[in-house]
Amino acid sequence: MLSTALTSQLVNLCAAVLLLLAFAMLAQRRTVALVDLFTAQGVALAISTLVVALNTGHGHMYYSAALTFALKVCALPWILRRLIRRLDVQWEAESRLDITATMIIGLLVVIFAFGLAEPISALATTITRATLGIALAIVLLSFLMMITRRKAISQVIGFLAMENGLFFAASSATYGMPMLIEFGIALDVLVAVFVLGVFFFQIREQFDSLDLHNLESLRDK
Amino acid sequence: MELAVILLLPLAGTLVLAIWGARPSAPEVNAAFSLGTLLAATALTVRVISGGPVLAWGGQFFIDSFNVFLVALTALVGFTTALFSRPYMRIERDHGRVTARRMRLYHSMYQMFMATMLVALLTNNMGIMWVALEAATLSTVLLVSLYRTAASLEAAWKYFILCGVGIAQALFGTILLYFAAEKILGAEGMNALLWTELNGGKSELEPQGLSLAFVFLLVGYGTKVGLVPLHNWLPDAHAEGPTPISAVLSGLLLNVALYIVIRCKVLVEGSLNSNLPGQILMAFGLLSVVVAAFFLWRQRDIKRLFAYSSIEHMGIVTFAFGMGGPVANFAALLHMTVHSLTKSAIFFAVGHAVQKSGTQVMDEIRGLVVRNPTIGWGLMLGTIAILGVPPFGVFASEFLILTTAMQQQPWAAPILLGALAVAFAAIIGRVQPMVFGEPGGKRLAHQPALVPVFVHLAAVLVLGLYIPPYLADWYRQAAQLIGATP
Repeated sequence: MLSTALTSQLVNLCAAVLLLLAFAMLAQRRTVALVDLFTAQGVALAISTLVVALNTGHGHMYYSAALTFALKVCALPWILRRLIRRLDVQWEAESRLDITATMIIGLLVVIFAFGLAEPISALATTITRATLGIALAIVLLSFLMMITRRKAISQVIGFLAMENGLFFAASSATYGMPMLIEFGIALDVLVAVFVLGVFFFQIREQFDSLDLHNLESLRDK
Repeated sequence: MELAVILLLPLAGTLVLAIWGARPSAPEVNAAFSLGTLLAATALTVRVISGGPVLAWGGQFFIDSFNVFLVALTALVGFTTALFSRPYMRIERDHGRVTARRMRLYHSMYQMFMATMLVALLTNNMGIMWVALEAATLSTVLLVSLYRTAASLEAAWKYFILCGVGIAQALFGTILLYFAAEKILGAEGMNALLWTELNGGKSELEPQGLSLAFVFLLVGYGTKVGLVPLHNWLPDAHAEGPTPISAVLSGLLLNVALYIVIRCKVLVEGSLNSNLPGQILMAFGLLSVVVAAFFLWRQRDIKRLFAYSSIEHMGIVTFAFGMGGPVANFAALLHMTVHSLTKSAIFFAVGHAVQKSGTQVMDEIRGLVVRNPTIGWGLMLGTIAILGVPPFGVFASEFLILTTAMQQQPWAAPILLGALAVAFAAIIGRVQPMVFGEPGGKRLAHQPALVPVFVHLAAVLVLGLYIPPYLADWYRQAAQLIGATP
């Protein structure tokens, strides 16, 4: 058992790391490096869940931490790296990305997220409630990342990072969702990545590239 | 018992067709699985209507007259669409648009899609609901891109990303709901997300947390309903995927997503003790009707035209649920039913019309009534039905919604009526030359399946002329469940 003071400090530390990683992702041009950052996010998430589990002794939080580690540190990064290798896009990078402007918008997003989370975290009784604002900020930053990217794989990593933020929100507001549902969500995420893997090959076969500017022809004339 | 069959049969179908889905007889196997599901759904419906709501498997599944009617509708349209897809997909195969492997994917995912929708409808757990609806998106992404054309890949990508982001918002909403529930109800784990539990203690739930949760849930699931301004994926996904998929997306998936929104609305309204969620729904609904009506004018592709018409009708239903009260809810449920039947019938007719003309561009489809009277008349009658011309059922439900709007929200009635008139002119002006213009075109290799078209339209006609008492009772019960707000 960890003491409450130490737990809340450790969780806050993990939250800060997660937020920094979200900003790092926002500024990262190279797809391969994004996978590394995503893996690091998974590690921080698993550690924070484990710390909460040690403090509260909730059995399902241990499983949750293990599931996070297996899915977000091992399985997903492995699949993504394999995809990148098979698609031969190791050197892919976003060329049109205005990092300064994105960072400034990112800062505003964080302020907004804290404002939005304030009333809810006031209601929460968990020791981790202070991090709800950060969780929401990660969700919104990942959303911003998805908007600014033109490469298909980067957008998917943004999508997965968003799910990380949601998971963190669940664990900071309520000590995690019920196990079965967390499991269902994890399964959906895994299937989504598989489906997208298949889909990437289809896109590449059709367009010879994974750049999404190819996918902008459908609109109402 | 019936419940287990309804849930397991489509899953078994998924596995069986994943192995044998490429065989020549696969379309029949697909239809057989759907028929089995339909029979089980009918049995379940009879039980719930006569015996009242059922809680099953530790309360994780809950069936009342509101969702059992959607289960029956989903199973019915699922079966008729499977019948329609038999000749349709064979013709596509002959035209070389799909390979044997893709037929297998198609059949397997068709059953998977049915399974996920039925789980989403039947479950009592808001978390499982989310998981099932996300699975429904995933099972259809590869179906939208089945033809592997540039346009279909783009449509599938848009569908995945927009619905994925949307449904992530819904997950956040679900987390907030869980958070609010866990504190008040004191229920442990899974039980804190049971709709029946939440509904029982809704007056004690924290209003502030719940109103925020509702915003996220509405934006998330509203994306799947196709509410404007979250509708961007819908026309593309409908236009570029195979037509049977357009029919089930339009006729069923939108209903399922809307059903979940309404379940959330019931909870939040009870907690807030105000009509705020209803007002938000009315605003979204009205906006969808108006925007879709004007977008109808700009369409050149026949499937996009009817996709926008789906957005319009979902807007009408959302508006009606937003008004609340027994009459409006009754009308909304009726409209969901008739829209689902009519729109899938239209897509069946459109599918064969497109195959016959070899194009989806409306200016190039001409003279259907000469070349194939059944397709031509099917499309024409379907169009007349969806536009709300009496005596079809859509007229009855739209009439009820409009008259209720005049009493409860007089400001909205003229807007609604105006939008309906605009949509009427847009669609009839497009469809008329396609059906009655100068002909041209070729024969189809397989006898088109037009029986489902006329079965659906006949049902809609009957619903317009006369709603059988037991059905009316059933709708009334469901309307009561959704709750009457002043």
